[in-house]
Amino acid sequence: MTETMSGQSAGALEEGEGVNRSLWGDVRYELARKPLFWVSLVLVLVILTMAFFPQLWASESPNARGACDLSNARGKPTWDHPFGYTASGCDMWASLVWGTGKSVILAILVTAGTTVLGVLLGTAAGYYAGTTDTIISRITDIFFGLPFILGALVFLALFPERNVYTLTLVFVVFGWTSLTRVMRGSVIATKQKDYIDAARALGASNMFIIRKHVIANSIAPVIVLATIALGTYISAEATLTFLGVGYQRPAASWGLLVAEGQTLALAGFWHLLVYPCAFIVITVLAFILLGDVLRDALDPRNR
Amino acid sequence: MTDTLSSGEHRATQSPLDTLAFDESAALLEVRDLHVEFHTRDGLAHAVNGVSFSLEAGETLGILGESGCGKSVTAQAIMGILDSPPARIAGGEVRYRGVDLLSLDEGVRRHVRANRIAMIFQDALSALNPVFTVGWQLGEPARKHSGASRGDAKRRAVELLDMVGIPAAKQRVNDFPHQFSGGMRQRVMIAMALALEPDVIIADEPTTALDVTVQAQVMDLLAGLQKEMQLGLVLITHDMGVVADVADKICVMYAGGAVEQADVYDIYEKPAHPYTKALLESIPRVDQKGQRLTAIKGLPPLLTDPPSGCSFNPRCHYARDHCAHDEPPLHDLPGGRKSACHYWEEVLGS
Repeated sequence: MTETMSGQSAGALEEGEGVNRSLWGDVRYELARKPLFWVSLVLVLVILTMAFFPQLWASESPNARGACDLSNARGKPTWDHPFGYTASGCDMWASLVWGTGKSVILAILVTAGTTVLGVLLGTAAGYYAGTTDTIISRITDIFFGLPFILGALVFLALFPERNVYTLTLVFVVFGWTSLTRVMRGSVIATKQKDYIDAARALGASNMFIIRKHVIANSIAPVIVLATIALGTYISAEATLTFLGVGYQRPAASWGLLVAEGQTLALAGFWHLLVYPCAFIVITVLAFILLGDVLRDALDPRNR
Repeated sequence: MTDTLSSGEHRATQSPLDTLAFDESAALLEVRDLHVEFHTRDGLAHAVNGVSFSLEAGETLGILGESGCGKSVTAQAIMGILDSPPARIAGGEVRYRGVDLLSLDEGVRRHVRANRIAMIFQDALSALNPVFTVGWQLGEPARKHSGASRGDAKRRAVELLDMVGIPAAKQRVNDFPHQFSGGMRQRVMIAMALALEPDVIIADEPTTALDVTVQAQVMDLLAGLQKEMQLGLVLITHDMGVVADVADKICVMYAGGAVEQADVYDIYEKPAHPYTKALLESIPRVDQKGQRLTAIKGLPPLLTDPPSGCSFNPRCHYARDHCAHDEPPLHDLPGGRKSACHYWEEVLGS
């Protein structure tokens, strides 16, 4: 009955849609046939559930009372505990799982922050050019001159308490420049395309052109760079924590575990270093791979 | 329900165009003494030097000239999409139904574009956004300017594709620009220009990027739509064959200035400017097999450093000494024609 009511033209249009594909339909199709997508997606989902629901993967937090037993300190992997014990006698698997959140949430927040900032500033500089561009570009240059790790080291040493928010703030302050530069260059290239003129000839406003035409056509390199950066933020967190200016104990983070394991690894306790490093490497790789496949699938020109 | 999407109602209620006093008795499009300059490293380039013409509904004006003579700049100045800087409109008027568009605020002017004056670009592949479907690009103007819903916009897109003769429009509406052939893409471009039912269409070399058979089809389509909708069409081209078929009158440009303006039959029969004459002689013709093609000697002048006097004098057969000093005015000739040559009578008589 509903069919008769919907009328002929609507029915015909839906039929057309059934035969053909939409942008997102194309993306789904493109992604579904890539094994690399499934591998990276599963890894990323595992990592995200570890970050937000660690109790699903390891029932007991290493920070819980009685969870760690110093008599197990540096315990080597056994069949019962294939990951062994940390230097302070906690289960290594539980420590890694419960440490995921600190590392991954920080990386996600920083990536989101730098991407938003980079896209906004880069687009403004590239599209409006002139004075706007000069101001934004010179500020970018100044921040670009500050080395990331050194800058973060100096700033973080000033904070009495270092948690996910202070770390995010410092990372964003030192990390937005490269994305801004890439976005600006990409926008300048896009701005000169005929379809921007065509959109203007159709009466589109600047904001509309920026939102739809410019950003959509220039964001691809930023997405790729941002996913790569997401990985590097995880390792940067580990680096800074290792250097003593990242997360503080008793928080569990991968960087802290690496810092702990570094001194003992050569003394024969290899698992103290290898497992945390493996977690970092796999996580970074998973995000980079996912970003790469997404970029390919989202760009219709690659089909 | 489908009635709402054929424009009209929505536009009337919310458009800033209502604030403009369009005079329906005035010429559809009138360009008066338009001057456009470019600030370049080599100095000031006078890309357009006092071009004037007018256009009525249902009429086709061909603007003819070789590369770099200011044809496209004129088109962009009318549309108001010149990149400035470096370009600057140094003087003149562009009147649509009596309203000077150059004096309008950008916010109002952008509603004139597309709603009243639309443009067809030369290279459809680069003038269509590669990351959006053709349907989105065709439907979006309707959504933006007349507040159509997504469904209506899509139906409008299908309707437009149908109108420009794209087979299986319902399916093709979801395709991306690169999935169309060159000729089909140019049809999409035409559909896009028609999206908001403008009165004036400026076609900037609409068939240059296409091969000859497809060129003819696209020109037929454009001419057909123009007759059907009584559009004013400004056809910019360097191809004398293209304008001969469809144009009612012709404006020949050289080095940024209009050198001859006349009815299409007059100009092909008896050109009144040496440049037009030379252009006509350089068309290859079947009945001249075996003969050498006459080419125009020399190169067009640099716009930053135009020759003194008549801009065509260094390449002109008819040039005398004083042509290098005295710039010829645009003489009014019998029959409503115009020619910027001191010796138009001689050219006309030869």
